[in-house]
Amino acid sequence: MIKRFLALLLLAGVGAIFTSLLLAYVPDTDLNLTAHYYAQHAASDIGAANIVTAIVITYRGLDTLGEVTVLFLASSIVGLVLSFGQKRNTIQRNLVPVGELLTTASNYLAPIIMLLGVYVFVNGHLTPGGGFQGGAIIASSMLLLLLTDPFKQFSHALISTLESFSGIAYVALGLIGLLLAGSFLDSRILPNGVLGELISAGVIPLIYSLIGLKVGAEFTSMLASLSETEDL
Amino acid sequence: MIYIAMATGFLLILIGFYGALTNRNLLRMIVAFSIADTGVNLVIISVGYMPGRTAPILDASVTAANAIARIIDPVPQALVLTAIVIGVGVTALMLAYALKLYEKKRTLDIAKFTELKW
Repeated sequence: MIKRFLALLLLAGVGAIFTSLLLAYVPDTDLNLTAHYYAQHAASDIGAANIVTAIVITYRGLDTLGEVTVLFLASSIVGLVLSFGQKRNTIQRNLVPVGELLTTASNYLAPIIMLLGVYVFVNGHLTPGGGFQGGAIIASSMLLLLLTDPFKQFSHALISTLESFSGIAYVALGLIGLLLAGSFLDSRILPNGVLGELISAGVIPLIYSLIGLKVGAEFTSMLASLSETEDL
Repeated sequence: MIYIAMATGFLLILIGFYGALTNRNLLRMIVAFSIADTGVNLVIISVGYMPGRTAPILDASVTAANAIARIIDPVPQALVLTAIVIGVGVTALMLAYALKLYEKKRTLDIAKFTELKW
């Protein structure tokens, strides 16, 4: 009882701070200095129609490399933590059948969802979306497959090959940028092209596709290690 | 409009904190942390919003020339993109640890884990 009271007291304090922040907030009417620079230079320097992508991949590309690394660490640690102890025994236990609807629907939908994921990360420099979102969509199609058949085994060799290939290629593209264009992860080693076309914005589509593959592989490996541990 | 989004974000943070502080079940605490995470993202996004402007994507109506007057701040959106992905990684880690803790003690009640208590 006293614990709940203390929790509510703490929440009331935090809520009071939030309320004062909210009441004092006045939205900006002009872009601040950083955003002003990005809005002015993204189209001419980077050639990406989606300015958020230009920031994520080129202006703050190192952040994104770090983010991909954090995600890689998380998926490795999930695999490591769950690999202690026994794997699930391969004897199929009597599960309730998943039903005709889910089986048929996932057979038809999984390839289409995967295609949508590829579309989202290939068009990351033109439309909302990009590598992280596309990778998550691909992993969601894998989740659909796992829901249909909980004993499905994904090829770990394929997942780790895909993941390491895209990671190495991402860093290699960054290093080529350092050599040819003068800064790490500079997208201008390929021509900028026409604003708004699929092949434009230098290496951004290439980098975002690699990130999409990597994120998809990492999420899938997290799902696979969670599903393959012994049922408790 | 902007205040609705921001107030919802703050409310979600509070709901998440309340859930994490009052629940004893590890899975419920993980759900509560995810809710608070979503709230933080919503608040950051709403800070970048400016009334009367549109998304930072160039097309026929928002050209490179008038982008400065037409688009909202793209930086918070890029930050939240990062935050969402890291949030997923953190949630997956928490779930994996919860699974291992359950394997050890056969319970998800946080009060039963007393090894680090003093």
